[in-house]
Amino acid sequence: MRETRPITSAASRSSGPSNELGPLTPSSPIAPSSPPKLFPFLLGLADDRLVLGHRLSEWCGHGPILEEDIALANIALDLVGQATLLLNLAGKIEGKGRSEDALAYFRDGGEFRNLHIVELPKGDYAYTIVRQFLFDVYSYHVLEQLQKGAHRELAGIAAKGFKEVRYHVRHSSEWVVRMGDGTDESHARAQKALDDLWRFTPEMFRPDAVDIEMQEHGIGPDLTALKPQWDGVVREVMGRSTLVMPADSYMIGGGRNGKHTEFLGHMLAEMQIVARSHPGAEW
Amino acid sequence: MWRAAVTKNGCRQSREKVMEKQPAATTDEDLNAAFEARIANGETIEPKDWMPERYRTQLIRMMSQHAHSEIVGMLPEGNWITRAPSLRRKMTLLAKVQDEAGHGLYIYCGAETLGIDRAELVDQLLSGRAKYSSIFNYPTLTWADIGVIGWFVDGAAIVNQTVLAKASYGPYARAMIRICKEENFHKKQGYEIIATLARGTPAQKAMAQDAVNRWWWPSLMMLGPSDTDSPNTAELMRWRVKRKTNDELRQRFIDLTVPQAEAVGLTLPDPDLKLNPETNSYDFGPIDWEEFWAVVKGNGPCNRERLQARRDAHENGRWVREAAEAYASKQQRAAQSPAA
Repeated sequence: MRETRPITSAASRSSGPSNELGPLTPSSPIAPSSPPKLFPFLLGLADDRLVLGHRLSEWCGHGPILEEDIALANIALDLVGQATLLLNLAGKIEGKGRSEDALAYFRDGGEFRNLHIVELPKGDYAYTIVRQFLFDVYSYHVLEQLQKGAHRELAGIAAKGFKEVRYHVRHSSEWVVRMGDGTDESHARAQKALDDLWRFTPEMFRPDAVDIEMQEHGIGPDLTALKPQWDGVVREVMGRSTLVMPADSYMIGGGRNGKHTEFLGHMLAEMQIVARSHPGAEW
Repeated sequence: MWRAAVTKNGCRQSREKVMEKQPAATTDEDLNAAFEARIANGETIEPKDWMPERYRTQLIRMMSQHAHSEIVGMLPEGNWITRAPSLRRKMTLLAKVQDEAGHGLYIYCGAETLGIDRAELVDQLLSGRAKYSSIFNYPTLTWADIGVIGWFVDGAAIVNQTVLAKASYGPYARAMIRICKEENFHKKQGYEIIATLARGTPAQKAMAQDAVNRWWWPSLMMLGPSDTDSPNTAELMRWRVKRKTNDELRQRFIDLTVPQAEAVGLTLPDPDLKLNPETNSYDFGPIDWEEFWAVVKGNGPCNRERLQARRDAHENGRWVREAAEAYASKQQRAAQSPAA
């Protein structure tokens, strides 16, 4: 079903961004015929959200406005919550007894499958918000498709995430417009962020063997078909923001294959240090 | 947006409006007598009611200190969000620190009903004129500190705020009722972190004990100077802004906490701590008030860092706030201009 109004509009929300997690105990039995690439596919989805949620959480206590501190923490909670559900499912699909925590805290950078754009340091508020907007619109379209996909449990997680990301897109797009059409300084900062981040966006829509297999099984979306939809939303918001869409340039990427920027290693070193210092401990 | 959110909550109240209610023909003396009678009668004072200037300033001081404490308190705990050892702990800590931001916002709004702007209150904090709780000037050194802060610091805050929920000023009392509910949740989470560590590996248990050792005395100090040395207590008690003295609150906190420490097999770092069979309360050793006053006066381990972090956030956010205001003005002008 297609939205009849812009996804950035103040769509009514059936519920606020939820911090709650459903039960993580094994629920429905996993079909034994899960396609072999479902595990790496789930890791990619989970890692995008875990890494970006982590980056957002770095703002907590340091936001430009108290209300934004609260809003960013909400979005970070949603993203880490989505990642937790996805990693839990990934662990069950893999079938080696790895929990969501084992997957989050005991994989090295080369085993992370997130996009480059989410692992970049948080930068200034313009950089954080523009990055968030570009990812939110991508995530909106991905989750919208996934919730209709053939894998029931994944579709359920996507449906929950889709409700949340509708709010995220609204939040980030409103701030992109506010910054772009605010003061000269905010405009310049937002434009610079957009120019700096643009080269990381083609990676979102470049399907690899995992994506293709998932699409063939009716589980994952056709990424190339999502690109025009993403372009349309981004173009519309950039228009309202008086920001200039950069020209498409050479793609930076490789995250889905475990080839990352220098930044991910530092982030993981911090994120994983306590868990790895006490292997086997419970928290 | 940030300003709009304040007005939307209906918590902004101009000084002029506050004073409107004052009947023109009545003398200050009569008003004061009527106010004291209302207090003595156990009535709740609401924003539009007449109140002595001193009552207003004392409440602004208390409420803004409380709000500032919530905001500065985000920093020591926020220090561990990126290192929380499991996804569940990461989310609960993030949600907890977010709750503190919400509490700060809520109490700033409450203070605004007394005719002062949030911007002015924030300026008082950043310029060092306003105080915040001394406890947040101590560093968080290990993951166990997150547990102990929930257990001790939120525990002490609950003891204090449960009493403040009966304060004479309506908006403050109502804020405390709401905030206490969440603080209870935080305390349970903190205690649960410590209980988990205490039954964990030897290294985890040592981590928990070390955190208890470092936070116990500062937590006792957090409930304020001894009654003999608390300049504001008598007046605040008379006005029912405070309902218990600092020493009474401290004793209550100790009596609640000692059995909880025993239950998880951790030791509180006070050799003099023992149950007094006559009072059925715990006697405890002398508090190092010299340390307390040093921290209050800005010489604690993290005073400078905490204030600097808040100043940096404020300065770095200036262009964001300006952009939001500029955009809102443009929208307003566009809405007011005749339709094309």
